[in-house]
Amino acid sequence: MPDRRHMAVMALSVLVACAMLGLDGAASAAGIDKQDFDQVEKGRYLTIVGDCAACHTLPGSGHELAGGRPIETPFGTLLAPNITPDPQTGIGAWTDDEFVNALTKGTGRQGTRLYPAMPYTYYTRLTRDDAVAIRAYLNTVPAVHNAVKADQLPFPLNMRWTMAMWDELFFRPQTFTPDPHKSAQWNRGAYLAEGLAHCGLCHTPKNFLGADSNGQRLQGYNLQGWFAPNITNDTRRGLGSWSVDDIADYLKTGHNQMTTTTGLMSETLNLSTSHMSDDDLKAIAVYLKDQPGEKSEADPEPDQAVMKKGAQIYADECSGCHKPDGSGIPALFPTLKGSPAVQQTDPTTLLRVVLRGAEAAGTDKAPTAGAMPQFGWILTDDQVAAVITYIRNAWGNSAPPVSAGEVHKARQMLVERSD
Amino acid sequence: MTQKLPHKDAVIIGLGWTGSILAHELTDAGLEVVAIERGPWRDTGTDFSITYAQDELRYRIQHELFLRPAQITVTFRNNAQQTALPVRTWGAFMLGNGAGGAGVHWNAETWRFLPTDFTLRSHLTQRYGANFLPSDMTIQDWGVTYDELEPHYDAFEYLCGTSGQAGNLKGTIQPGGNPFEGPRSRPYPTPPMKQGYGHALFADAARQLGYKPFPQPAGNLSQPYTNPLGVTMGQCTYCGYCEWFGCANYSKSSPQTTILPVLVRKSNFEARTECEVTRINLDNTGKRATGVTYVNASGEEFEQPADLVILCGFQLWNVQLLLVSGIGQKYDPSTGQGQIGRNFTHQTVSTALGFFDKDKYNFNPFVSAGSIGMCIDEFNGDNFDHGPLGFVGGGYMGQVQTNGRPIETTAVPPGTPAWGAKWKQALHDNYLSTINAGTGVHASFYAYRDVYLDLDPTYKDRFGRPLVRLTIDFHDNELKMSAFLTDKYAEIIQRMGAKQVVKQPRKGPYDVTQYQTSHLCGGAIMGNNPGNSALNKYLQSWDVPNLFVQGATAFPQNAGYNPTGTVGALAFWSAAAIRSRYLKNPGPLVHA
Repeated sequence: MPDRRHMAVMALSVLVACAMLGLDGAASAAGIDKQDFDQVEKGRYLTIVGDCAACHTLPGSGHELAGGRPIETPFGTLLAPNITPDPQTGIGAWTDDEFVNALTKGTGRQGTRLYPAMPYTYYTRLTRDDAVAIRAYLNTVPAVHNAVKADQLPFPLNMRWTMAMWDELFFRPQTFTPDPHKSAQWNRGAYLAEGLAHCGLCHTPKNFLGADSNGQRLQGYNLQGWFAPNITNDTRRGLGSWSVDDIADYLKTGHNQMTTTTGLMSETLNLSTSHMSDDDLKAIAVYLKDQPGEKSEADPEPDQAVMKKGAQIYADECSGCHKPDGSGIPALFPTLKGSPAVQQTDPTTLLRVVLRGAEAAGTDKAPTAGAMPQFGWILTDDQVAAVITYIRNAWGNSAPPVSAGEVHKARQMLVERSD
Repeated sequence: MTQKLPHKDAVIIGLGWTGSILAHELTDAGLEVVAIERGPWRDTGTDFSITYAQDELRYRIQHELFLRPAQITVTFRNNAQQTALPVRTWGAFMLGNGAGGAGVHWNAETWRFLPTDFTLRSHLTQRYGANFLPSDMTIQDWGVTYDELEPHYDAFEYLCGTSGQAGNLKGTIQPGGNPFEGPRSRPYPTPPMKQGYGHALFADAARQLGYKPFPQPAGNLSQPYTNPLGVTMGQCTYCGYCEWFGCANYSKSSPQTTILPVLVRKSNFEARTECEVTRINLDNTGKRATGVTYVNASGEEFEQPADLVILCGFQLWNVQLLLVSGIGQKYDPSTGQGQIGRNFTHQTVSTALGFFDKDKYNFNPFVSAGSIGMCIDEFNGDNFDHGPLGFVGGGYMGQVQTNGRPIETTAVPPGTPAWGAKWKQALHDNYLSTINAGTGVHASFYAYRDVYLDLDPTYKDRFGRPLVRLTIDFHDNELKMSAFLTDKYAEIIQRMGAKQVVKQPRKGPYDVTQYQTSHLCGGAIMGNNPGNSALNKYLQSWDVPNLFVQGATAFPQNAGYNPTGTVGALAFWSAAAIRSRYLKNPGPLVHA
């Protein structure tokens, strides 16, 4: 005689199996299969390219992508949301379409608008396949229950509908279309740089509403106490003097023959670019090398008395490491001669590095992580102005002089910034 | 209450040169490693900034980088008839502290010992007969040979980027190098430093006297260098602030400039700084270490269990930890029995000042570096016939004037008043035209039965542990050697054209207030059997096989060179044995 209890257990198993199949069925209908290694792995890589962790992981929390990191904007501070698969506080309950729309159209669930601190203005170029792959990867990270109130902005920006007006003004949803006149490598670079890697979010100047000034794409932008430099092919201030390999090396290791990474780019390097494939980095480099810069004429020669004073300070304080001719030491002390970082129109980074010092990024391939010491405490405003003006105009360099007043303002800015 | 922490594969006590090397090697082998360091974390950019590193008052005179004697010190006496007293200001030697250890404040003179230094007793006995050695001299063979260490010397030099001129490449003598050195498998990683006028003049005079001068092997790099770990160093700027100072230019070999940047990136490495190990714990058999106990800066006590304990502190503290932990048998000078504390040695340093005509000579002594210099090795080790001389041992000598720092570069001719206008005038007249090599003659210190370390019966440290007691004096052999070598050195200074040469041979008694070098050695020495050593040839404790003791603690006696090159080589040698043999089959690597 058949065992009734046994039958019951079997029936229950079938029901459970059906339920599971049902779930799986729903997922495959949406194009996601947790066992699809290719898709998940592609998504993992694209999540690195998109540098999602920079905003969505709170450093030191130990909770990957669980949100809560404050994002500083000119309009106030936002907290990045939780994008782990937690159904209540993360995005576990979102449909794939909702996710793709958030990523590429800036719309949250139920049609709320995202703030453009989330770079959907760049991510809009993503193909749907890539967006879904990112979702597939995000489904695999540990779900963390962490409720984040993202919106910390003052009135009226705390009303998210205002973002619809912003989108109307500045946002054109548009999947990337390759340029048939350019190489596949160039198009790959453009797809990444203008899309997922969102270089312009930091490197393109913004208008008064925080939208990209399209006429000055990638020509440098002042944010969070640094100046993200010009990364067009401009010879003086951009990447014109760097080869494709120089750019790729820099993005991979944090160093190349001329310079070394510091500041906000260190984090981008550590979380994102150093983990990207060599081919993708070269593609980005090829694309950036094809971006025309501003027409940067040589600036007028600075005051010779200031240059003389700056040269003396340079000989005493700087030349030991950076060498009397500004040539530096590869992978350790940046070259100042011909350096785009030194010749940016906006001297914010230079002022900051001289006054407060800076530490280079260390990577597995270039672990040294040398540091520039602080000079703010031994040099007066006049002296800092003179030495910066000097390095901006010595050895064939040319950039506007820096005044003692600018040094004073930079000092004040640094007093308020702990980062 | 002691908090017991999660187990680690290896615990390293002290994060100086040997701690960094062992941590790197063991983490590469896949072990979970924690290093426990008494002093603070130190980084070039933040701790040795170019904007204040060159401060003689702060670092040289006030000892900022060094361990504070109030935290822990030693007691000292010349002989067993005296009562030892605590040292309250460092003098004869300097004790490092913090990440990088003494590798932060050294001059970076990066030598190899002579092949015969490693077989010293056999060699001298064979050449001069057993009765030639003083009866109370307890020198012995190391148990390891130069040939065994050669690849590991090479590894340390290529880690450091050492600047020098090979003198013996695979047995072929090379012009311009040290013809007495053991064969090296390849040239130095970087060419020798540029030499100053005084150094070059010394080399000329030495050549005229028939010697073969060569540039001192230097860890102040002659050019930028990227080591096999991918860490890049800068080029020395010849600022002359090396010994007692951290290098601000990333150009002096140190754990910070060669190895720590890689170590801190490893997920299986952890450093706990400002944590002082108070004892090594043993199981109830006394033959196995179970880990260490340490106290953090808040006074909280922790037990860190580990399979492997690597003792990497400075020589004195290694011996103190062994003694207070009850590892091995303490040395008894009356019987000569026991190994812990035995064969304690230091260095025998002397010099000769050369005063030159100020209108003809300008040496610009401030343009210098810690390991710059032209040297000769004719009077080192057993490179010369000791038979007629009645002593053994020797040292290298050279114009190794490492700095012209303003507070201490004050040599004036004998007869000058000690202060006032005439002193100032003499200082002014002589500053640029005096040869004043701090360690002109850098000679050996051999081991004796009555020179040793033990625990002080009276004075205790802040944890209630007895302080380590130094019983040390110079013996006739070393004083005779110093007089002979100083004469030879003075001849060269004279030949350079000095108008007056003032010899300063080492004189007894040993003075704990007068700086010589920080090269304290021995106390838990290596050897070929447990009857004559605390450690086997792989630096493994004979008594506790999962304990390895690194550093100059293991030197059976000190040779006529700076020890760090050999300390580094032994660390790589020991690490290789742990990786290739011990980890596969934990237990004694040499069966007694």
